[in-house]
Amino acid sequence: MSNAVAENTEIGVVPSFTVTLFVRRFSKEDGLEARWEDFDVTVHGTDRVLDALHKIKWEQDGSLSFRRSCAHGVCGSDAMRINGRNRLACKTLIKDLDITEPIYVEPIKGLEVEKDLIVNMDPFYQAYRDVKPFLIASDKPKAERIQSPEDRERFDMTTKCILCAACTSSCPVFWTDGQYFGPAAIVNAHRFIFDSRDEAADVRLEILNDKEGVWRCRTTFNCTEACPRGIEVTRAIAEVKQAILRGKP
Amino acid sequence: MSKTKVHNHQHDVVIVGAGGAGMRAAIEAGPHAKTVVISKLFPTRSHTGAAQGGMAAALANVEEDSWEWHTFDTVKGGDYLVDQDAAEILAKESVQAVIDLENMGLPFNRTPDGKIDQRRFGGHTRDHGKAPVRRSCYAADRTGHMILQTLYQNCVRLGIEFYNEFYVLDLVMNTVDGEERPSAVVAYELATGEIHIFQGKSIIFATGGFGKIFKTTSNAHTLTGDGVGIIWRKGLPLEDMEFYQFHPTGLAGLGILLSEAARGEGAILRNASGERFMERYAPTIKDLAPRDMVARAMANEVREGRGAGPHKDYVLLDLTHLPPEVIDAKLPDITEFARTYLGVEPYTEPVPVFPTAHYAMGGIPTNIKAEVLRNNKKVVPGLYAAGECACVSVHGANRLGTNSLLDINVFGKRAGIYAVEYAKTAKHVPVPKDAAKDVLELIEMMQNSTGTEKVAVLRRELQDTMDKNAQVYRTEESLDEALEVIADLRKRYQNIQVQDRGARFNTDLLEAIELGFLFDLAEVLVVTSKERRESRGGHFREDYPERNDEKFMVHSMAYKTSKNIKVDWKPVVITNYPPMERKY
Ligand SMILES: Cc1cc2nc3c(=O)[nH]c(=O)nc-3n(C[C@H](O)[C@H](O)[C@H](O)COP(=O)(O)OP(=O)(O)OC[C@H]3O[C@@H](n4cnc5c(N)ncnc54)[C@H](O)[C@@H]3O)c2cc1C
Ligand code: SF4
Ligand code: FES
Repeated sequence: MSNAVAENTEIGVVPSFTVTLFVRRFSKEDGLEARWEDFDVTVHGTDRVLDALHKIKWEQDGSLSFRRSCAHGVCGSDAMRINGRNRLACKTLIKDLDITEPIYVEPIKGLEVEKDLIVNMDPFYQAYRDVKPFLIASDKPKAERIQSPEDRERFDMTTKCILCAACTSSCPVFWTDGQYFGPAAIVNAHRFIFDSRDEAADVRLEILNDKEGVWRCRTTFNCTEACPRGIEVTRAIAEVKQAILRGKP
Repeated sequence: MSKTKVHNHQHDVVIVGAGGAGMRAAIEAGPHAKTVVISKLFPTRSHTGAAQGGMAAALANVEEDSWEWHTFDTVKGGDYLVDQDAAEILAKESVQAVIDLENMGLPFNRTPDGKIDQRRFGGHTRDHGKAPVRRSCYAADRTGHMILQTLYQNCVRLGIEFYNEFYVLDLVMNTVDGEERPSAVVAYELATGEIHIFQGKSIIFATGGFGKIFKTTSNAHTLTGDGVGIIWRKGLPLEDMEFYQFHPTGLAGLGILLSEAARGEGAILRNASGERFMERYAPTIKDLAPRDMVARAMANEVREGRGAGPHKDYVLLDLTHLPPEVIDAKLPDITEFARTYLGVEPYTEPVPVFPTAHYAMGGIPTNIKAEVLRNNKKVVPGLYAAGECACVSVHGANRLGTNSLLDINVFGKRAGIYAVEYAKTAKHVPVPKDAAKDVLELIEMMQNSTGTEKVAVLRRELQDTMDKNAQVYRTEESLDEALEVIADLRKRYQNIQVQDRGARFNTDLLEAIELGFLFDLAEVLVVTSKERRESRGGHFREDYPERNDEKFMVHSMAYKTSKNIKVDWKPVVITNYPPMERKY
């Protein structure tokens, strides 16, 4: 390794610049219609949309409300629509957006807006709980169960889900039919259906064979594009469909 | 009188916090007692999910290992300030803790013959320091995520009752048999602004850490130490608050963590000239030396002008010699962080890193049954704490990597078991009439404030002074400066401004309240750091650079008095390992 390499890894090489954010505002308390409000903020090269929202909240308008915690894409709190696409605010670098234009930030769609960027996540969590998202096994092992690396790999992808709802709230079927389980619930069912230790695949496949289940999926790939964890959501749904047709995982 | 609505609830076991420790306790308590979990975050948003590297357990799946070696490493890693009876329990119960998780469904990485795979981690060695040992059980570099998911999944399975986005702001005590006992907690419901009183026979605090007292930190925005602060305000002691861990490899300038697993897999720290500088500081285990040593070595490289980058203010984590397949299979998330946030490609470029505030070794003192201590000897019956908010103490002056995910599982489980045992025979302590008074007043005062000081400004100034004066290097002078700044900030805090006047989802109000806890904890940390005139583990005093066993082989116990902070000392439990010099 040489010095030259060290020199190149300069951080903050993108200088500070000013961007305009149009943020969708709404409160059930003020009796006003939902509306866009614009804010100018100065940001740095490594700043993310979450940093810009914080700057608005901390410097300009304390009432701007959004969820966030980890600030690096692992807790799933801050899925929102940024320039019309579902993304995590904390994983979206501002410099990667078109900063010559204003940045539009609004709540994810298909779930009731509570305040500004905060939506009611209850229906989303309920769909998740409905697919029995836990290991079901009748054995009472005294030690660890054995699972081959290949069997473990089979469901690796869907273990990454952080329940951010970016996928479900980008799905046109979910927008028009709130009863649809939605991609995230199917991803979490997939996580167990293809786990060699689990014995209840048939139960979950039955649940997802429902009229509000996997067959509602129209393979628009919105969910796969939206997933901040790189989960191929559409593929997972397809695998569940195939398993239903086969009658087993 | 306040118009805010107050709701009352009654349970046997009340758990505050839905991270790893809180949910592990719930899984133990739920089936045996009427249990409730109250959390300011939806459970899977808790910061346990950010943990990457792994969970220690001497399973000996890939090479010889024993719980006794693990105990020794924990004690030595903690610079002998570890209570050895607790460390023994931690190490002994680790194997069952991992098996519990596997049985609950956790998808650990597997060995070719299908057993739970294990890898190396800093400070974990075979046979008392002879060589690094593979002790960390892991699920790629998202072990914490998988633990959190698995525990939540099992809470769903058991039908555990949760109140999510409820902020606990107070603990209510009442006198029974001439003794102050816990009766209930008071929570603020984010969605409505209403108040809820949760009465419980046993109350468990599992509220996590408080990294937000520092500017550069791997901790979430929500880790503001509310639970520890609540206990403190009740006049109960806090233990070993001066011991705060700075993790060596935070992304430079951002603090986002790159797990030690990177070094476990072979990554190397280099200074500007490419030198593997850890060879000078820890000749035997080099880059895998305990975190406090590595963090100080890095800070020292930078101080002495050998830092990399345009401002020579960081060092480099070099993974370029690792095969991309290994990086993809074992470190996918953290290399993704480097790409996303710094635009660095770890396959081909070294990653800029610098120490980041990471973990509180100190906290609410407990015994090995997770019972909270009132003083050096007596417990508060019915009150429990587990996880990062607690101090058992298994981490002493410096926590070994992978021992916290273990801690939350072992002592979370214990808290659940003993809380149920207590609740079986105990009666509810009556809730006083005015139980919610303090919280109602606090909220009213904040919401009607006509102040001019901004929360974010005060918080930033606090964090700046903590980074500058109470980080890896400390002196009497720097600590005095921090105290002065904090005192001044506290005055300005009286004049705080809350802009959001609404009742619903008022995070503006909550940030102001959280800031109050940050002040309290920062101050305790600084005061105890001043009193500890020696260097040990994560606490390094440049004016007292040596460890001083004669005077300071004791835990600090800080108490809030009406005027100031009183620091007392508590003996360390030593069973098998007399203090020795900590060399690696
Ligand atoms: C980036 C990172 C990586 C790590 N990697 C590892 C690792 O590889 N191995 C390891 O062993 N350790 C690791 N650690 C440390 C370890 O993850 C944590 O110490 C541990 O997960 C803490 O768990 P906890 O349950 O105590 O707290 P948390 O998971 O932080 O949970 C705290 C809970 O308390 C709740 N809460 C807080 N305040 C309130 C309030 N006022 N009212 C109601 N609820 C409240 C929160 O909502 C949350 O549910 C890592 C830490 C970080 C930050
Ligand atoms: S599948 Fe991806 S987008 Fe959907 S909830 Fe999980 S992490 Fe979010
Ligand atoms: S804040 Fe945690 S995912 Fe964005």
